[in-house]
Amino acid sequence: MKRFLSQLGWPVGVLVAVLSLWYFATKFFEVPAYILPDPLRVISAGWEKRDNLMTAVRISAVEAGGGFALSVVGGVVAAFVLAQSALIRRCMFPYTILLQTVPIVAIAPLILMWFGSGLKSVLLIVFIICLFPIIANTTQGLISVDQNLLNLFRMSNASRSQVLFKLRFPHAIPNFFVGLRISGGLSVIGAFTGEMFASSNAVGEGGLGYSIIYANSQLQTDYLFALVIACAVLGSCFFFTVVFFEWFFLHNWHASAMKPDAE
Amino acid sequence: MTATLPIPAAAADPVTKPFISVAGLTKRFNNGVTVLDNVSLDLVPGDFVSLIGPSGCGKSTLLKLVSGLSPVSGGSITVDGMTPNNAREVMSFIFQDATLLPWRTVIGNIELGLELEGTAIATQRWSKAVELLKLVGLSDVANHYPRQLSGGMKMRVSIARALAIRPKLLLMDEPFGALDEMTRDYLNEELLRLREEQKWTALFVTHSVAEAVFLSTRIVVLQAKPGRIRRDIPVPFPFPRLPHLRSDPAYLDVVGQVSQALRDMCVESREARA
Repeated sequence: MKRFLSQLGWPVGVLVAVLSLWYFATKFFEVPAYILPDPLRVISAGWEKRDNLMTAVRISAVEAGGGFALSVVGGVVAAFVLAQSALIRRCMFPYTILLQTVPIVAIAPLILMWFGSGLKSVLLIVFIICLFPIIANTTQGLISVDQNLLNLFRMSNASRSQVLFKLRFPHAIPNFFVGLRISGGLSVIGAFTGEMFASSNAVGEGGLGYSIIYANSQLQTDYLFALVIACAVLGSCFFFTVVFFEWFFLHNWHASAMKPDAE
Repeated sequence: MTATLPIPAAAADPVTKPFISVAGLTKRFNNGVTVLDNVSLDLVPGDFVSLIGPSGCGKSTLLKLVSGLSPVSGGSITVDGMTPNNAREVMSFIFQDATLLPWRTVIGNIELGLELEGTAIATQRWSKAVELLKLVGLSDVANHYPRQLSGGMKMRVSIARALAIRPKLLLMDEPFGALDEMTRDYLNEELLRLREEQKWTALFVTHSVAEAVFLSTRIVVLQAKPGRIRRDIPVPFPFPRLPHLRSDPAYLDVVGQVSQALRDMCVESREARA
């Protein structure tokens, strides 16, 4: 605990220093609040509009979390299919790369046109943006099993499903989590992007992305800052949730999750 | 030198049927290279045969063919009267790496073979694994993960896993090649101790002459390009063999014979190139 606090001390110190610098800079240079509000104004703006803020966070969390969950299911299924044969991979993999290379902002208007505004479209955008890292990493894990381990299973007359469940899936878990980490961060960006195009059903109420654009148009710069911070916190929550599960599943056996001096 | 051999001492006994019979075996890879050319070799039950030779002589390939992991191009192999693919239940393979599943504990790894084989009852698997752990002297680390073990301990787990299914034949592909010499000597002695208890037949690939002589009933020296049997040297020492055999003049004499055979080939191939 003591070690934890002393480790926490440094980043907290940096935070306090940056906030103070920010505060005194805005005072000293007399920056207008609609250009750059000081940190205290940001906090009070966030507090005054806490109901709106929490609604925005909730909406975005549902969109990001839902789309992310869908992409995990879809990504694992796709990886499983791709892992079946080199031929399937050769046929399909170039097209999964399209998921990565086509900018989501380019297809977002299409999705909006096809599915209308609201949750459905945003979920789809999050799904698309999160899918590729999960497919690519999980597939890699499934197919990179050591040849001798496969031989070992063959020597025991292991069935295809035994090879899959007792060898390939556990082997792919570390790679799967690499995909999850990337996608966890992307999901919030995806929700944000989706909302910029497709979130509003009622004026003034929507997820973080929508609220940020709305606050910007109203020159509520202090509230805008509060929303940006909420965005970052939400993304971190996703990231650390994934990291926790990664630790939970890997800490016993995998090099990446062990303390360097563990014995 | 042709592949026709003097009949090894043990096989001369007319009542003992060969346990493994390799006849006129040829293996060509897809790229046209002939790795093994007309190799014939019989092992009687209880034989411990080491395959030794320069790299490219096909010793590992021969092991893969006997295990059925790789198909033959010509000739035949029978193991315990069956084709290699049908004989998998009576044999275990020990690889150069311990090939443990890193997400399983030591005991979980030993249970793997039993699981795949279809020993359905968990308590039965567990008690069998516990017994094996005791046999290889690893009871203390039953719940450790492979990461936490030294190279020698990992290899002992690998051996325990192979023995768990009660094999009649143990195929070993340089199992101690990556270990330091002291650990290797110790595991050699352990392997012979286990052999006394379980009475399996062994086909063993190695680069170490000393190891081969200490362990084997026979040493088969292979030559490369294409792989053929060069010499079949019997190792006459009785079992159980004790560590001090290593300093026995008779032991050193056999080591000398095998080294000489290897050296001769080396010289020939150098002359052939010149």
